[in-house]
Amino acid sequence: MSNAYVIGAAHTRFGEVWDKSYRQLMTEAGLGALKDAKIAGEDIDEVFVGTMSTGKLVGQEHVAGLLLDGAGLADVHLPATRVEAAGASGGLAFRQAVQAIRSGSADLVVVGGIEKMTDVSDADAAAIAASGIDQEWEAFFGATDASMHALLAKRHMHEHGTTREQMAEVAVKNHRHAVQNPLAQFQREITVDTVLKAPKVAEPLGMFDGAPLSDGAACVVLCSDKLVDQHAGAVKVSGSGQASDTLALHDRSDLTTWLATEHAARRAYAEAQISVADIDLAEVHDGYTINEIVAIEDLGFVKKGEGGPATAEGRTTYGGDIVVNPSGGLKARGHPAGATGIAQICELAWQLRGKAGERQVKDARIGVAQNTGGTGATAVVHVLEAI
Amino acid sequence: MSVPRFWREIPVRYNLEASVCTVCEDVQFPPREVCPTCRRASIGKMERRDLSGRGSVLEWTRVHKAAPGYEGQVPYVVALIQTEEGPVLTGQIVDHDGRDLDGAAVRSVFRRIGEDGDAGVIHYGTKWVVA
Repeated sequence: MSNAYVIGAAHTRFGEVWDKSYRQLMTEAGLGALKDAKIAGEDIDEVFVGTMSTGKLVGQEHVAGLLLDGAGLADVHLPATRVEAAGASGGLAFRQAVQAIRSGSADLVVVGGIEKMTDVSDADAAAIAASGIDQEWEAFFGATDASMHALLAKRHMHEHGTTREQMAEVAVKNHRHAVQNPLAQFQREITVDTVLKAPKVAEPLGMFDGAPLSDGAACVVLCSDKLVDQHAGAVKVSGSGQASDTLALHDRSDLTTWLATEHAARRAYAEAQISVADIDLAEVHDGYTINEIVAIEDLGFVKKGEGGPATAEGRTTYGGDIVVNPSGGLKARGHPAGATGIAQICELAWQLRGKAGERQVKDARIGVAQNTGGTGATAVVHVLEAI
Repeated sequence: MSVPRFWREIPVRYNLEASVCTVCEDVQFPPREVCPTCRRASIGKMERRDLSGRGSVLEWTRVHKAAPGYEGQVPYVVALIQTEEGPVLTGQIVDHDGRDLDGAAVRSVFRRIGEDGDAGVIHYGTKWVVA
């Protein structure tokens, strides 16, 4: 079985990118990744794209071929496949690319992720983003994406003593990290007070607990053992794990553990033959502040219930145990749903190559990406390693 | 949305019709065709039974940014309801200011949930009040 390597990575600036269309964003990220990998369109064997809800957000389904067409590659007639799992769409598309390489069916695969969320009203975008939760048995009764995460947050507070201040520290840290990320939506610091005094969305969560609804695209290029020697700065995908759980939060026996993350992580770590102590940095799915706390617990970085204190004590930032979300995470880099999982891989690739500029994690050798959909019904975890 | 999409859910939405696995007596809501515990052994052995509509609040939140159709109700309460038969449901708690609901006993009530625009189907179903 061939290994898969990331040899090119690029993403657009994330944010309210009103001057660029869905198609332009896709092309910008795609061409950027091809240039970074120093490959030409004719070299590609297969393409995947992760996107959550283009049909509702821009009225266009059937978008995988567009990635190629926009880059002038329609006449190469490559296989192109769209992948969807709400917020985990990008991570799953990446996993499909890894599997295409490992299976031996492809030597060079391009994988994109994209979402254009500001061409509809904020209210519509929020409702569409909420289609990752159970529409029949949660949303029908007035539940929103934020309300389900608010229930998770309150449960975590009750069971583990997590505080609002500790949750706020997640947003404060990720905003601070994003200051050094020129592609981030919010390159400015905030305080705990900003988070706590923001208008409420679903108690206890407020406006500054949730990731924004963003526009953006991201793209990476992968290759096999056969081609890796031709590419300086290749980063090895040493572990890939994916798992699922009930769509509705209320069907879980344990409300504060995302078992899909646990299972995906266990599989990815086993494949990579690493333990948590080996991990230098992680990009995790902080759709809401509570998610990062739950994620670092379920990924095994800290014990269950210690995610809040660990964050407040600075163990998840520079100088701590593991730098979590050096990019700024979903909260501050921005969250164009389908693009997020690929942007996480971009950040790991840049960090592991030692090319992350002012936000470089010192001596970064092993990085982990965790991407989830809805309230954790899908989770995908990847381990990337410098070579 | 089409009428059948709501019509076929009427017994479940109006009467809290659940399923029971007659092998292990586990109760599921909404009703399932296969028991997640007994799986293959439960095929053909699943029965329907209405929940009593009695339960307690497992967790709750006050929602300030509404779901579509709920804009006129903010702030409103969404809760996880632990039913006495076992299943946990997500539902709205009405006729209450949304304070101090931890562990509160609740019962189901039949209410209008929403409608498909001015000329569309009106949806009814279950909400919850403090018992």
